[in-house]
Amino acid sequence: MTQIILNGLFVGSFYALVALGYSMVYGVIKLLNFAHGDIYMLGAFVGLVILTAFPGLGAGATIPVLMLVLLISMLASGFVGVGIERVAYRPLRSAPRLAVLITAVGMSFTLEYGIRQIFGPSPQAYPLRVTGDPLPVFDAQLSSAQLVLMVVAALLMAGLGLYVDRTREGRAMRAIALDQRASTLMGIDVNRTISRVFFIGSALAGAGGVMAGAFYGSVDFLMGFTIGLKAFTAAVIGGIGSLYGAMIGGLILGLLESFGTTWVGGEWRDVFSFACLILFLTFRPTGVLGTRVVERM
Amino acid sequence: MSWLSVQNVDVFYGRVKALSGLSFDLEEGEIVALLGNNGAGKSTTLNLVSGIVRPTAGTAIWNGVDLAKIRAHNLVAEGIVQVPEGRRIFSTMTVHENLQLGGYRVTSKAVIAERIEHAYTLMPRLAERRDQQGGTLSGGEQQMLAIGRALVGGPKLLLLDEPSMGLAPLMVNQVMELIKAVNDQGTSVLVVEQNAKAALRIAHRAYVLETGTISLSGTGAELAADPRVVEAYLGGQ
Repeated sequence: MTQIILNGLFVGSFYALVALGYSMVYGVIKLLNFAHGDIYMLGAFVGLVILTAFPGLGAGATIPVLMLVLLISMLASGFVGVGIERVAYRPLRSAPRLAVLITAVGMSFTLEYGIRQIFGPSPQAYPLRVTGDPLPVFDAQLSSAQLVLMVVAALLMAGLGLYVDRTREGRAMRAIALDQRASTLMGIDVNRTISRVFFIGSALAGAGGVMAGAFYGSVDFLMGFTIGLKAFTAAVIGGIGSLYGAMIGGLILGLLESFGTTWVGGEWRDVFSFACLILFLTFRPTGVLGTRVVERM
Repeated sequence: MSWLSVQNVDVFYGRVKALSGLSFDLEEGEIVALLGNNGAGKSTTLNLVSGIVRPTAGTAIWNGVDLAKIRAHNLVAEGIVQVPEGRRIFSTMTVHENLQLGGYRVTSKAVIAERIEHAYTLMPRLAERRDQQGGTLSGGEQQMLAIGRALVGGPKLLLLDEPSMGLAPLMVNQVMELIKAVNDQGTSVLVVEQNAKAALRIAHRAYVLETGTISLSGTGAELAADPRVVEAYLGGQ
């Protein structure tokens, strides 16, 4: 039982990291960024490139190395996210919603098959492992890799929460999500704030990608596809557009999957997740935290 | 040249001409009212001064700054702050956060804190509700908050778009008194109103706007006595 919960929370913290970017972008420009899962994949590959370029680095796989690789991958994915918004989404800001959505799908394919061109279709071994003795938790065990990755995810999310709730720029992000015109009248540079949202969301997804690589041991060009859909599911469960909703939604989805796999069988995992998505969309489209519907005057 | 000088400005929305050869001016320290009916171009005029709409012809110069050459969000830092029509409070953010956002372009935290305190002294109702969500306030309180939020930005020129809209008569008076108090403390004011009676009471000078151009102008008292204004905007008493 404890093991099921631990596994669920672990997978859920990945989902939450990716769901955050989904939800933040939706919050500010009402776009379902289907390329978001591929930024996660891209982050993993940036990590792979660094680890391959410095072969000695991954061997001694310690926490400082993981942090360094994480940091560089986050910066790189952040900038790619900003670039995608600039090139593909910003010119369509006033176009019909559907046009941007299709562009996002196109962007997703571009990233997937661009990476496939460079690295080939087969999975690549990830030369970074976090090793150490497993940690007993009640009657279950948490591997040290799981522990480290969960702590990193929790720290990233806590940092984001503080940033959005307490800082001037965080307030500006919440403001443009509510009313862009009024935000301009407060002196907020809306374009720059949107870029910042893409940077942060993409950096978190990139971090998730490196962590997935380090945990599962291999990466491939389609690894972002399913997680993108899962993150979308998590964002919907939590209430899309809501920051804490995305975090909670990720954890809930992780737990649901973990219990679902145990009771129904592993091969039903994705069926189970997407059934949850459909149930939520049908019965509670505003999600767990999405009770506050913002009415504009 | 006047402090704010708008000369022969045309503004188009697509092919629709919203302003047509508009000219008016405002001296530092004045309250100037722009009166007119729906669709006369009042909001467009304010958005022109806010840098949100660009003129296709004519010039708009403020304090030596060409308003058509600066991006709207940067004009806020220069000292032109608009209280938009319909107040546009950030509804799920608290009163305090709304005020903090007003100071987004103010670099000194101490100055922001001081101005927020000042806003709370001017409008004690807001202080009582500082942790409440902006959207839960009454219409009058939201208008107060919208003005307070603009004041935290430290405006040299405050633009108000229909501040009396949707308010009870008593509240209209309070809002007008507040605007007058703000002006007494040195802020120049350009106010757009359909409620000519309320606006003319506090305005030093006023213009009547019709189909994108100025049709009448004068001091507040002159216009309040002008039969054409009485007929069209003051209910023809």
